[in-house]
Amino acid sequence: MNITLLTSEIAIICLSLLIIILDLLLPRFETRRSLGYLAAAGVAGVFAYTCTQYGVSATVYQGLFTLDSFALFFKQIFLLAILLTLLFSFDYVEGLAKYQGEFYALLLLAVAGMMIMASANDLLTVFIGTELMTVTFYILVGYQFNSSKSSEAGMKYMILGSVSSAVLLYGVSWVYGCTGSIVFEQIAKHANTSLGMLFGFGLIVAGLFFKMALIPFHMWAPEIYEGAPTPITAMLSMGSKVAGLAVLLRMVFIAFVPMQAYWGGIVSIIAAITMIGGTVIAMWQTNIKRMMAYSSITQAGYMIVGLLSADASGIKSVLFYAMLYMFANVGVFATIIAVKKHHGSNEIKDFSGLAQQSPLLAVVMTVSLLSMAGIPPMAGFAGKLYVFSTVIEKGYLWLGLLGFVMSMISVYYYLNVTKVIYMNEPCVQKEFIVSQPLRIAALISLLATLWIGIYPGPLAELANTAARSLSIL
Amino acid sequence: MISLVHYLTVAAILFIIGVYGVLTKRNIVTILMSIELMLNAVNINLVAFSRFIQPEVLTGQVFSIFTITVAASEVAVGLALLFRVYHDYDTVHIDKLNRMRW
Repeated sequence: MNITLLTSEIAIICLSLLIIILDLLLPRFETRRSLGYLAAAGVAGVFAYTCTQYGVSATVYQGLFTLDSFALFFKQIFLLAILLTLLFSFDYVEGLAKYQGEFYALLLLAVAGMMIMASANDLLTVFIGTELMTVTFYILVGYQFNSSKSSEAGMKYMILGSVSSAVLLYGVSWVYGCTGSIVFEQIAKHANTSLGMLFGFGLIVAGLFFKMALIPFHMWAPEIYEGAPTPITAMLSMGSKVAGLAVLLRMVFIAFVPMQAYWGGIVSIIAAITMIGGTVIAMWQTNIKRMMAYSSITQAGYMIVGLLSADASGIKSVLFYAMLYMFANVGVFATIIAVKKHHGSNEIKDFSGLAQQSPLLAVVMTVSLLSMAGIPPMAGFAGKLYVFSTVIEKGYLWLGLLGFVMSMISVYYYLNVTKVIYMNEPCVQKEFIVSQPLRIAALISLLATLWIGIYPGPLAELANTAARSLSIL
Repeated sequence: MISLVHYLTVAAILFIIGVYGVLTKRNIVTILMSIELMLNAVNINLVAFSRFIQPEVLTGQVFSIFTITVAASEVAVGLALLFRVYHDYDTVHIDKLNRMRW
């Protein structure tokens, strides 16, 4: 048994516990910013360590937990997401009334849950990872003690999330009953297409689709995104979604291979409704976080399109898209936090005149939004190209065309925000303060988005290696 | 003789009662109880499958212990959030939580 495979998870959990202890030792009225820096430094260290692990392919605890390039790729997405989120949320956390230290600790625990999900090779580990992530998110969504919206969002997320977990678990119990095992490779050996098995598989997929907020399992997303503290909204849209995707990919391509015959029709329809619904409803939003909720629903729709081509190139396109989606999200949410600090609200009209007040953030916001829309020089274009070209090769021409049309329509509401940023005059005349860490996070997201867009080769190569490590197994 | 089907039927009925409770009840405490019913249905399923399919391997029973633990933590968080909601809204009625609308 090789416990070193778990090093990165153990490190993150120890870091989180260390932060809780240090939080108790610090004087009560001292700022908790130092703990935030500690968390960011620790995460950066773990990220550097994961870079050295590529090429490993081994399992631990009788096949319950696996580490391969596929899991590593997702872990790096989560670690980068949390690192950049920490960078742009120091100021936000300082504005919290109470429990600033625990905020960092809980955020790290949620990331540990996501990392476990990426490595999970059996249904029990999937369940534990998912619950570690979502239960921590229930707490974090309701973390803003001076806002009744936040407690409302936390309560709603808790109820809907627990119901979806229960549905997922009921499916797990049926799959266990039909195959006699919970390890993915064993399930694949005993998999049949009996009614109980299909029922269980359907419930598991419904539970995961809920985590990814695909239409018709999306109803929680807009309200929870609006009510949650903004760094948590960012982590929900980057982490929860991508972690659900990681589990879904590994489960479908290793455990439920015989189910793929039933898979194509359902997934193509859900992807189509998600793309159409997310795009159309996003147009009517006036609150930027709500708009981002619908935008992230649409993006999840694009991502599961890649699942339809059941081979390495399809998985590669999904991995590639997940990474650039994360970078674009960082840019958008960093800007939202800066504007919220300036204006105290999250309406799209608050962005008026941002170009004059902070040219850097205006550029970051524009580039990130255009990347999500898929305009050529940005990374989103390369990502959409990969996703839709693989799916068109598999004969889903209509879905490719639909995705193309929806991307074009989504340019409307993304450009709407850009128009407000550049055309309108600033409505409040006071100094616009952008803190240094936030500036760094925004700059990293800007450079990454442009670099991946202009020169996608290295990331595509990395995603390819990761995708192959999954299909070899 | 009680067979596997009996256990599965009881579990299915419990699960459906839970879903019904979540969908129709408006008191948050009742909703939390309904969620517990759904999770307990899963436990019955897991233990019954474990006992009847492979009595010598305890996978399902171990899984159910994990489920019970996680369900307990979930309810702990749920009740803590309920305190906050009661503090902010003076009610535990889910319909009154409507400060955000599409």
